[in-house]
Amino acid sequence: MSAPTTTAPAGAAYDAAAVRAEFPLLSGGAQLPDGAPLVYLDSAATSQRPRAVLDAERSFLETTNSAVHRGAHSLAAEATELFEGARETVAAFVGAQPEQLVWTSGATAGLNLVAYSLGNAAAGRTVPGHEDAVRQWAPGPGDEIVVTEAEHHANLVPWQELAARTGARLRAVPVHDDGVLDLEAAAAVIGERTRVVAFSHVSNVLGVVNPVEQLVAMTREATGGRALTVLDACQSAPHLALDLPALGVDVAVFSGHKVLGPNGVGCLYGRTEVLEALPPFLLGGSMVTTVTLEATAFLPPPQRFEAGTQAVSQAVGLAAAVDFLRGVEERFGEGAVAEHERRLERRLRHGLREVPGVRLLGDADGVDDGTVQRVALQAFDVEGVHAHDVGQLLDARGVAVRVGHHCAQPLHRRFGVTASVRASAALYTTEDDVDTFLDALSGVRAYFGVGR
Amino acid sequence: MSASPGSRGLDALYQEIVLDHAKRRVGFTSLADHPEQDGAATSHQRNPVCGDEITLRAVVADGPEGPVVEDVVWEGAGCSISQSSASMLTELVRGVPVEQTDRLVAGFREAMRSRGALALDEEEYGDAAALSGVSKFTARVKCAMLAWVALEDAVRRA
Ligand SMILES: Cc1ncc(COP(=O)(O)O)c(C=O)c1O
Repeated sequence: MSAPTTTAPAGAAYDAAAVRAEFPLLSGGAQLPDGAPLVYLDSAATSQRPRAVLDAERSFLETTNSAVHRGAHSLAAEATELFEGARETVAAFVGAQPEQLVWTSGATAGLNLVAYSLGNAAAGRTVPGHEDAVRQWAPGPGDEIVVTEAEHHANLVPWQELAARTGARLRAVPVHDDGVLDLEAAAAVIGERTRVVAFSHVSNVLGVVNPVEQLVAMTREATGGRALTVLDACQSAPHLALDLPALGVDVAVFSGHKVLGPNGVGCLYGRTEVLEALPPFLLGGSMVTTVTLEATAFLPPPQRFEAGTQAVSQAVGLAAAVDFLRGVEERFGEGAVAEHERRLERRLRHGLREVPGVRLLGDADGVDDGTVQRVALQAFDVEGVHAHDVGQLLDARGVAVRVGHHCAQPLHRRFGVTASVRASAALYTTEDDVDTFLDALSGVRAYFGVGR
Repeated sequence: MSASPGSRGLDALYQEIVLDHAKRRVGFTSLADHPEQDGAATSHQRNPVCGDEITLRAVVADGPEGPVVEDVVWEGAGCSISQSSASMLTELVRGVPVEQTDRLVAGFREAMRSRGALALDEEEYGDAAALSGVSKFTARVKCAMLAWVALEDAVRRA
């Protein structure tokens, strides 16, 4: 599918402005009242979509739209081919096989799918031939489900509810003051009774990359390989090259709208043995083999988890997004995007440190000596000015940031605040964007008459 | 983008009197020091979007012509708009008949939802009239409403 339209020799210096020109909303589409350019620093909430994604969806709808995996007319066959082709493309993006990739409506749906599947298994609904595998992960009274203190509510609340339904106990691994996960505490928390360990690859507030392989190894050791590891890859998928099988997690989720793709589509990756053993969550059409009035036999994965009509054009759009990302990588050379984002991360973090009264959430010194990896998102508190008011002032300067608790209330509580401001970048963010943001921010305390 | 009135519009939102109330916080207290007496009721309201919250206690007493809001105290954390709004509200309704506070809350709600079409009357609303500008900033209407919703709820139950 369409790579960026203008071409430069591979390995050319990264040109964020040229990449940004591929995004209609960012190149004039979003009109500010006074004609100022929009500085979009809210990509961690939702990313903007390149023309290639918008075109792919539109073209699918204009030429091929029909029900997939149903009916025999040629249009349906063509749509099915594109739908399954999209699965292959997106699976390859995370190093997986197509049958290891389940379409969901997003990360939240994927996490609920896994939690409810385990709940069903705990209630005795298992897949014939896979009873033993799933029983290891299905929690019961006295068992433990482990999350971290830094999780998005999407990777916390479903586990709370699963614990409440099954009599299991939910435990949380704390983070250090600098935002780095407390691995010593993790080693103490994960143990014999642990059935599930659910954690984010990158926290949407702290931006710190968690040591996935280490946590997986720790879990394997402490539980004899019996606990299910669940990775929330929402904030890593847009920024890091992902090889989910190599990371060793059992299942992982991400959302399309955060990786330049459409809303309403996302993915659940699962190791083959894991998906085979998990009982279905949503039930209905397109996920069954034989149905009688008494009982139903289910299709193998991934279809077992794809009940009902799927978001087909969105899946096609997500594949286009993944192709776009690969196209940018090919255009500027491997690692060029990552290098650009590392520069943005540094500029953002160091710039924020210089602003009086600003306290960063997750300010790890280890980033500069390379022992801690972060992505280019930074949440912070401005002493004496509420996050909402900070956001309002930035908005008046054409700078869009996120304010609030970012769906991570426990983490904010841990840092002693109810809300924070978060600036987050993507591959189309320029250094000028960061500078405009920092400049606007530096006037905030004076406006509200604090810090004088 | 529609709801971004630019920096000029911003001064209509953050008028000096608004920022001043956000600092003075009339009625702000530690509720632990205010045991709930007869005729008092407490309402806890939260803005789920940002986690801002207010706990407001209203004391309602019988007056010659019906119940009167005798006192209002509150605690909470939030942005300057929500803090200022709570302060202005407290100043406005202390000693006012319940019937009138009901009308004030209804009128305030209507103005906040008007997207800038309705301005609050200064005679009637006092300092709180300065919050009229909030209604153009649809994302902030909830902030301004928080204390008023709490008052409405507390008075109803007092
Ligand atoms: C870390 C993390 N997990 C989960 C989610 C939920 O994603 P979605 O709302 O797309 O389902 C988000 C997005 O807000 C996130 O940042």
